[in-house]
Amino acid sequence: MHDTPVGASAVARYGDVDLARGDAVGFRRVRVAFALSDGGSYPVIAATDLAVGAHEFVAIVGPTGCGKSTLLNLAAGLLAPTAGQVSVLGAKLTGINTAAGYLFQQDAVMPWKTARDNVAIGLEVAGMARAEAVDRAQAWLERVGLGAFGERYPHQLSGGQRKRVGLAQVLIRRPKILLMDEPFGPLDAQTRQIMGNLLLELWAQERKAVLFVTHDLEEAIALADRVVIMSAGPAARIIGEHAIDLARPRDASEVRLLPRFHELHKAIWSQLRAEVLKAYSGGAA
Amino acid sequence: MSGGRIRLLGLQALVAVLVIGVWHVGSTVPVGGGYLLPKFFFSTPADVGARVWKLFADGTTQIVGCADPIDLSHLLSTSDPCFGKTVWQHLLITLTEGILAFVVGAATGVALGFWLARNALASAVFEPYIKMLNALPRVVLAPIFMLWLGLGIWSKVALGVTLVFFIVFFNVYQGVKEVSPVILANARMLGMSERQLFAHVYWPSALSWMFSSLHTSVGFAIIGAVVGEYLGSAAGLGYLINQAEGTFDTTGVFAGMAILALFVLVIDGLVTLVEKRLLVWRPPAVGPA
Repeated sequence: MHDTPVGASAVARYGDVDLARGDAVGFRRVRVAFALSDGGSYPVIAATDLAVGAHEFVAIVGPTGCGKSTLLNLAAGLLAPTAGQVSVLGAKLTGINTAAGYLFQQDAVMPWKTARDNVAIGLEVAGMARAEAVDRAQAWLERVGLGAFGERYPHQLSGGQRKRVGLAQVLIRRPKILLMDEPFGPLDAQTRQIMGNLLLELWAQERKAVLFVTHDLEEAIALADRVVIMSAGPAARIIGEHAIDLARPRDASEVRLLPRFHELHKAIWSQLRAEVLKAYSGGAA
Repeated sequence: MSGGRIRLLGLQALVAVLVIGVWHVGSTVPVGGGYLLPKFFFSTPADVGARVWKLFADGTTQIVGCADPIDLSHLLSTSDPCFGKTVWQHLLITLTEGILAFVVGAATGVALGFWLARNALASAVFEPYIKMLNALPRVVLAPIFMLWLGLGIWSKVALGVTLVFFIVFFNVYQGVKEVSPVILANARMLGMSERQLFAHVYWPSALSWMFSSLHTSVGFAIIGAVVGEYLGSAAGLGYLINQAEGTFDTTGVFAGMAILALFVLVIDGLVTLVEKRLLVWRPPAVGPA
């Protein structure tokens, strides 16, 4: 799975999605266009194929506005493709993807619930007794380092702490697939690396499939098994991908000092650079 | 208490002292053979204070021929021979009308707000009618309500309901419509059914909007009651003021106003307490106003 040569644009890999193979998430000739008020349509994503293996950590990088989040919403079932098919664990996805947990870019925890109640709610709505759900929520808060903050409301927590609550809220349901939309985007550089390590640590324990969207190339390389590059929009498509052969377990901050990290960064950036420039010059919406 | 708070209280007291001082001087110190604020039109602060005191004192001491001091079971019965002897009874009537108006108005406002916010067709159908009714000055409805419901408390409650309903309705409607799409998407991803979304997302969001308008809606409930009483009734603060006005008793009018103002301050304080308890999750001074 990780044998794609570095720097090679592995067309064969994403051009050959086999839905029966048991990939966690598969996109097959998926196209998305939004209807415009004048009757036309705006193409967000051109025909795209992509597969995420059952235990694979895939990061998608691309310029702002290229439709990375749209891909995640497709995988989450919050958005239906205009054409093509999204499959989850080998079956066609219709409606909400119940096998997935979604960590959003913005704060998505409920401001009217305490941290603990926010974490417990996923189990409660699934029918678990409240007392047990709250016990497990407390255990999860401790795993993300917020054991003493269960009674706090979201506005009484820092941005990084709210992200941890969000992470615990998603992971407590033990989703087979984790969708993450620039989850650490609004955080400062240090907190991002701490959160990155926390994510790696939790991921190593259960090895879920992860689809991680970011515009931060260094973050993508530090965390992922495979980095997929998207072109600038409109009609964004995948223009290349790179296997990240850095040894695990990794430290999200120390790994950035390795010479191999720089090689990978250089190879991917040379491909990404042109797209970023295109986006800045007004190509992106 | 911090120094800043003491300073603020001092400044607040200063405003009261200044206003009352000007009023006192204008109404009791003759200037060139007349008064700047003639007693007939403005009364005097001392007279008004004494009247307020007397109204309350009469109600708390023995009243000849009546139960000592107040028979609670007869407090709201306007046919009781002792009714109207104490200002407490009038306050209680106004309070009852206000509370009923608030409860009925808020309940219908929440129900209809939810329904229209979740039902696009119903919302589109009713929109012009709701706008039309909301634009109507509610005072013109008072005579109709009196014809329908009589001079008792229910015509006042109805008037208050028409005021409270729209405030609560618009806030709940907005609250349901403006639930953060991210929180909603997140709740769906956490596996919530439509019913669970209602209980855990729509309801708390709408309630927070409703409570943020609690001061306004409670205030309007009282306004509805008092205006209704003023226009035609046999009890309540509005009735007291109307009676005093009918006999050119300026002191009585001002005394009624002073009592009403104190009454509203107390209720507003209680609302603040309720709000602090219920909206404990909300960051201070942020959110829908």
